[in-house]
Amino acid sequence: MGLLVAQLLTGLANAAALFLVASGLSLIFGVTRIVNFAHGSLYMLGAYVGITLMGVLPGAVGFWGAIVLAGVAVGLIGVVIEICVLRPVYRAPELFQLVATFGVILVIQDLTLMIWGGEDMLGPRAPGLKSVVRILGEPVPQYDLALIAITPFILLGLWWLITKTRVGILVRAATQDREMVGALGVNQSWLFTGVFFLGSALAGLGGAIQLPKGGADLLMDFSIIAEVFVVVVVGGMGSIPGAFIAAVLISVLNVFGVAYVPQSTLVLMYVVMAIVLMIRPWGLLGREEKAGEHGQIGEPQRPIRPAGWIGRSLVLALIAFMALIPVFGSTFTQVLIIDILIFCLFATSLQFILSTGGLVSFGHAVFFGGGAYVAALLVTYFNTPMELAFALAPLGAGVLAIGIGWFCIRLSGVYFAMLTMAFSQLVWSLVFQWGEVTGGDDGLVSIWPSKWLSGTTAYYYFTLAMGIGGILVLRHIMHSPFGYALRATRDSARQAEATGINVKQIQWMAFTLAGAFAGLAGGLFVFSKGSIFPDELSISTSFDALIVVFLGGVKTLAGGVVGAAFMESAKDWLTRLEYWRLILGLVIIAVVIVAPDGIVGSLRKLGERIGIVREEESMR
Amino acid sequence: MTPVLRVENLTRYFGGLRAVHEVSFDVAPGELKALIGPNGAGKSTCFNMLMGQITPSAGKVELNGEPITGLPPREIWRRGVGRTFQITGTYQSMTVAENVQMALISHHRRLFSMLPYAYRLYREEAMALLDVVGMAQQADRACAILAYGDLKRLELAIALAHKPTLLLMDEPTAGMAPRERIALMQLTADIVKERGISVLFTEHDMDVVFAHAHHIMVLNRGELIADGTAAEVRSNPHVQEVYLGGGTLYAAEETSHA
Repeated sequence: MGLLVAQLLTGLANAAALFLVASGLSLIFGVTRIVNFAHGSLYMLGAYVGITLMGVLPGAVGFWGAIVLAGVAVGLIGVVIEICVLRPVYRAPELFQLVATFGVILVIQDLTLMIWGGEDMLGPRAPGLKSVVRILGEPVPQYDLALIAITPFILLGLWWLITKTRVGILVRAATQDREMVGALGVNQSWLFTGVFFLGSALAGLGGAIQLPKGGADLLMDFSIIAEVFVVVVVGGMGSIPGAFIAAVLISVLNVFGVAYVPQSTLVLMYVVMAIVLMIRPWGLLGREEKAGEHGQIGEPQRPIRPAGWIGRSLVLALIAFMALIPVFGSTFTQVLIIDILIFCLFATSLQFILSTGGLVSFGHAVFFGGGAYVAALLVTYFNTPMELAFALAPLGAGVLAIGIGWFCIRLSGVYFAMLTMAFSQLVWSLVFQWGEVTGGDDGLVSIWPSKWLSGTTAYYYFTLAMGIGGILVLRHIMHSPFGYALRATRDSARQAEATGINVKQIQWMAFTLAGAFAGLAGGLFVFSKGSIFPDELSISTSFDALIVVFLGGVKTLAGGVVGAAFMESAKDWLTRLEYWRLILGLVIIAVVIVAPDGIVGSLRKLGERIGIVREEESMR
Repeated sequence: MTPVLRVENLTRYFGGLRAVHEVSFDVAPGELKALIGPNGAGKSTCFNMLMGQITPSAGKVELNGEPITGLPPREIWRRGVGRTFQITGTYQSMTVAENVQMALISHHRRLFSMLPYAYRLYREEAMALLDVVGMAQQADRACAILAYGDLKRLELAIALAHKPTLLLMDEPTAGMAPRERIALMQLTADIVKERGISVLFTEHDMDVVFAHAHHIMVLNRGELIADGTAAEVRSNPHVQEVYLGGGTLYAAEETSHA
């Protein structure tokens, strides 16, 4: 009994920081409709700033003062981010905002590394709260009790701010109808900036307040963001009481998970999320998303046509050139091109659902890694011949996509994105924690191709055939009746339903196809590297794909391929620099703001302007 | 002769609000019938129930003698009901012809086909339909750059793609200039006459209603208070009371139309 109570108290204490960060994210989303991926970075900054301030300010007053000041400081950093990065993209589609905030993550990571160095830092203990209290015979840290006491006051304070003050009324009004609030004479820009300040400050507070329990390190941004998303989605996007309930639920669950099912703690959280969303698709206290709220923003996509003879000859010439590379290129060049091709195929599969289908998936890596793991597991445990294992990679990923799609397709917009991310994290944590089968962090190794493909050149040709073949098949499907039906569901779901198209069925099928092709890329990947690690399933791999599709151009067909080829080549020399994340982050932010059409889209517009490419007002 | 559409005791509550109450009517083959009423009378709710967007609380809907109550929109479409929306819902990223081809692909049940190029499929059929609504010249323009009136005509072509027996048009002329309104309704009237299609439409513009509808139904506070020819409806004292505020405003206009 005593142990149970102690664990419960630990869980409640852990909920404090989680709730602070989640409520900030929820607040920002509710008003600005921006899913701030950099929220974890703000949390991390709060921790680092807090440590520095605690070193300067003495005593108990200094300790608590440092926490508050850290919150304010991070809030101000949030304001800078809002003004410089987000203001230009408020009217852009969700994906643009996501990518912009992802750029911010990279920038903050390197800036933090520059300022505080790479060493993990231990947080100071709270003055006067350093010992433990015995509750039913079990030791409970005093600081935990302090946190449990403080959290409800923060919730009450926020609740008071939102429901009782003028600012709160404006915030709630803006959550429901931004345009109307603007029309009534409220300065929206400053309201948004204010909300961003508050949300960021809450994240900073969360980072600083957990210092005595956790300290500060450079990985905390990603580790908290997944958890915070779960909390926000379970609680309901935009609902602060929901965030509180969910934070407590998830924290307590985690503590009991560690104690009783240590091998599946991570999985547990995502299972809870999946169950909640199955019963209440908009979270415990969330409100239903109105259809069309996040519909097409900006100029619509252009009508498409299969490439003409010029385009086809160019592609043929490129393929011929690549086929000749083993004759004069080095082994290193071939390996690099293998990597590029695999990434291109993966990105194209994402482009298919994202661009053609309008379904922004945040977890597409689950199918890439999933396909790779299917092949690797078959080889490891059943000695499956490489050819069969390779063929089963896309099949396995496709089956996985059927399952995950069944849950995700029922939602749309941000909720769809969140749910796909949750499922990819679920699979990732399964693979990560189920060490006996998947090798966990050590991955699965010595997964090599059959003898006839074992040479670099042989595998190069194999990848060339499979990779380019896959890309061309997907491209053809975009031009087929099915591809058109998919675009129809994206352009106007209502019209599609009213003309006999089963929108969800089409989307499910597209999701499955995209998953299978990502699995094909994963199969190519695992046999080219000879090994597979959980990283290939992780959020950052999903983001890599999103970013290349974005860089290439969302509203184009070739964006995925071009973006992936560009990125994979650029990465090769970029990663040799010490602060390459900073540079990449700044480039990403610049592209979002300056050239939102991406590489392909910008080139096409340039071509139209100088007259090389026909304006596509008329197709013939 | 069985009516194309038979509606019996159609009822819908929203909580305590009686949006539509025991509405019954028929639409005969080849008939052009208008459903009018003040704002909030329940026209849209009624329409959305006929098309499957809203499930009725009670009552039934029959199409050519077969029940279609509670079916999803795409099933109702398959059974031969075409629809145009008050706010047009065309596919912005496709050309005008492709918009019609899309409906034809659905009509021919080729939605999951991945082999042929979609832009070549049913092109002739689509061009023929565009010709009917006078949009053939614009067939290869991007839908996103069409003028509003042209979008309305395109929607009409899409609605004709699967050879419907009944066309439901929700405020077909809303947002159009007066001359365009008359032209669009004349076009609609000609098409349905030629093809023997029945039309049920809602409309706020009384010029359009009285000039084109064979029969007019008046809905007020969720209840049907009149169903008859233009003359009958106009002389109905109940209608005059709720709709025209007791005056006989339209008697004068009648002569100008005649």
